[in-house]
Amino acid sequence: MIWESWSAFWEMGGSGPFVWASYGVTAILIIAELLLLRSRRVSSTRKLNRLMRAGQARKMPEVQGS
Amino acid sequence: MKARHKRLTLILGGLLLLIGATALVLSAFRENLVFFHTPTEVAEGKAPTGRTFRIGGMVETGSIRREGVEVHFAVTDTARSIPVVYSGPLPDLFKEGKGAVVQGKLGTDGVFAASEVLAKHDENYMPPEAQHAIDQAQQAAKTVQQ
Amino acid sequence: MSTSESRFNLYHYAAPQAFYPVAGKLAPIFAVIAAALTLAGLWIGFFKAPTDAVQGEVYRIIFIHVPAAWMSMFVFLVMAFWSAVGLAMNTRLSALMAQALAPTGAMFCFVALWTGALWGRPTWGAYWVWDARLTSQLLLLFLYLGYMALVAAVDDPRRRDKAGAILCLVGAVNVPIIYFSVKWWNTLHQGASVSLTKAPSMASIMLSGMLVMALAAWAYTIAVALYRVRVLILERERHADWVRGELTRLGEAN
Repeated sequence: MIWESWSAFWEMGGSGPFVWASYGVTAILIIAELLLLRSRRVSSTRKLNRLMRAGQARKMPEVQGS
Repeated sequence: MKARHKRLTLILGGLLLLIGATALVLSAFRENLVFFHTPTEVAEGKAPTGRTFRIGGMVETGSIRREGVEVHFAVTDTARSIPVVYSGPLPDLFKEGKGAVVQGKLGTDGVFAASEVLAKHDENYMPPEAQHAIDQAQQAAKTVQQ
Repeated sequence: MSTSESRFNLYHYAAPQAFYPVAGKLAPIFAVIAAALTLAGLWIGFFKAPTDAVQGEVYRIIFIHVPAAWMSMFVFLVMAFWSAVGLAMNTRLSALMAQALAPTGAMFCFVALWTGALWGRPTWGAYWVWDARLTSQLLLLFLYLGYMALVAAVDDPRRRDKAGAILCLVGAVNVPIIYFSVKWWNTLHQGASVSLTKAPSMASIMLSGMLVMALAAWAYTIAVALYRVRVLILERERHADWVRGELTRLGEAN
């Protein structure tokens, strides 16, 4: 173990705010991307299902997608 | 029709924004392609006069001198050396014998009045013991040469 | 849904219908690999790698900064590759692959800029400078955002794919500029610690932590892109019979 204590670990030799803001924001962005992807999958399949059930999938304008 | 118009303005707006951002970045790019000049270039008169620019090099060993709030030091590329005066906070990695980039104006007295001092570090990462060993080896090599 | 797996045929898997179930099988595998590598990389980075002699502890930002920066450049090159394939061979799947990768590449590009700013302040003394490396990396973020906006704005799928592909191929020129900027011009940003042409200038335990994190970023990108391309395939192929079957199945599951 290279850290003398957990508080030394969190302090990061005085650079704590910089290190943890880097890792924290990265973690938040990754979680956000995964949640956005899931919500897109759910909303997209729902919308496509609705179109299909309405039997108009062929006549409907292009579904917005990216 | 209305939705189409809305989307068109959205696209045009986004495109304009993108072009603006790119233009901004490219102009910064052109201006700072030469991010700093070396002391030799400055001594040869290749650096711009009358406007702020940056000098990059090593902080000359033994040159740091503090006078009240002012810090005097010299930036060198081993061939030439430029005296610098600066008052303000210095980055942690600012040390004698290490890289630095100073921004400011060259005075008529040949002293560079810096408004900003940045530390430039190298791409080497190693634990303190390894650094210590390298320093000792270099010291030993110097002694042998002498 | 019977895929003939007796003989490996690349053209067979280039069809969205064939690729959809393959992506569904591969994505969770890569997700598990990504999670495992991230844990291992963080363990090495925070508990095995020693303090840096010059920078102290703040250098530990390198374990996300460098993998994110590498990934942001590499993903754009892969998008350009798929764009070229799409334009040349007229395959539907390749454009969808590029579109599935873009948000993840943009995310990594932002992470590289963000962590770089937080690393620059305590070491250089500035969050941001307009040197060639930082400026070209910022341009990459704009290219990603521009690509995503373009793809979202064009209604017709064929024109959307083509417009996106052209932007990708033109924008890819920026990637070597980013990579070599520290060699070609005077920059505040230091040179590469790891390159193909010289021995890495890092203690090996620090280097291994960085490489494990880089592999984790690869696995994450592959997993997320595969999940995303499945959604894109369903949207694009929604008139196909197999998609109708799949949608009914998904609808019942929801």
